[in-house]
Amino acid sequence: MAGERKASIAAQAISSIVVSLLIGAAIYGALIWAPLERTMGFLQRIFYFHVACANAALFAYCIVFVGNMGYLLRRKPEWDWLATAGVEVGLIFTTIALVTGSIWAKPAWGVWWVWDARTTSTLALWLLYIVYPLLRGLVDNPERRAVISAVFGAFAFLDVPLVYFSIWWWRTQHPPPIVFKTGKLDGEMYKALLMSFIALAAMMVMMIWRRYELEGLRHAVEELKIETEYQNDGGAK
Amino acid sequence: MNLNHFGSVVAAYMFIWGILMVYQFTVSRRVSNLRQEVERLKETLDRGKRN
Repeated sequence: MAGERKASIAAQAISSIVVSLLIGAAIYGALIWAPLERTMGFLQRIFYFHVACANAALFAYCIVFVGNMGYLLRRKPEWDWLATAGVEVGLIFTTIALVTGSIWAKPAWGVWWVWDARTTSTLALWLLYIVYPLLRGLVDNPERRAVISAVFGAFAFLDVPLVYFSIWWWRTQHPPPIVFKTGKLDGEMYKALLMSFIALAAMMVMMIWRRYELEGLRHAVEELKIETEYQNDGGAK
Repeated sequence: MNLNHFGSVVAAYMFIWGILMVYQFTVSRRVSNLRQEVERLKETLDRGKRN
């Protein structure tokens, strides 16, 4: 048990160092290495992390969906922990994407917010997944709570493809996709964006891993509390 | 170098790294509190078994 704990601490320390190096490289790439964009100038540097955070959020919600489906099929609490961890991390990245998008929109469009398909579907996504932990707080029975959250999570996931494809399906003010269309973005800008993608995806995975550990510990505390109560009751008899 | 909107970029980057660091810190604190709680409950159980 102590050996397992040591191995886990070592793995976390190594992953923290790797993620920190990736983040450092991504910041250098976005702020210094990538050339200045002609029309937007320095403001465009928000884009590298705004897009990377939005993608990290969508990946996190995919992990949530896997956790939800895993629980519905296998009924093992570990799947529920994974989904719960993913929701919290996904919400953090969605919040960042929404706020940095607004910070960029004000000088670029003259307004903080526009109700177009991409921004509205992203806000809907954020609201849907905000409901997820609130819903969990309303149900006491752990199994019932996990089933209800898994069903709700599967429903909320319907908005993920809607967010991603909104710029193709509807006319929107949001800039069109440039990542998978080579030639649209300068080579160095593309590399800087790719670096941000990798760094934030790695950070997202590390955050979910840490949050999953927390959920496991919470479960262990609940079990130990029940055991302690049982022992105390047995002593009284 | 054209540093127009420097303030907006600084605000965006501060928000990104601020929120990520605060979140990481709160999760670490919650993990360490729960670890202590697990240890405490295990000790209580062991004491109960011995008695």
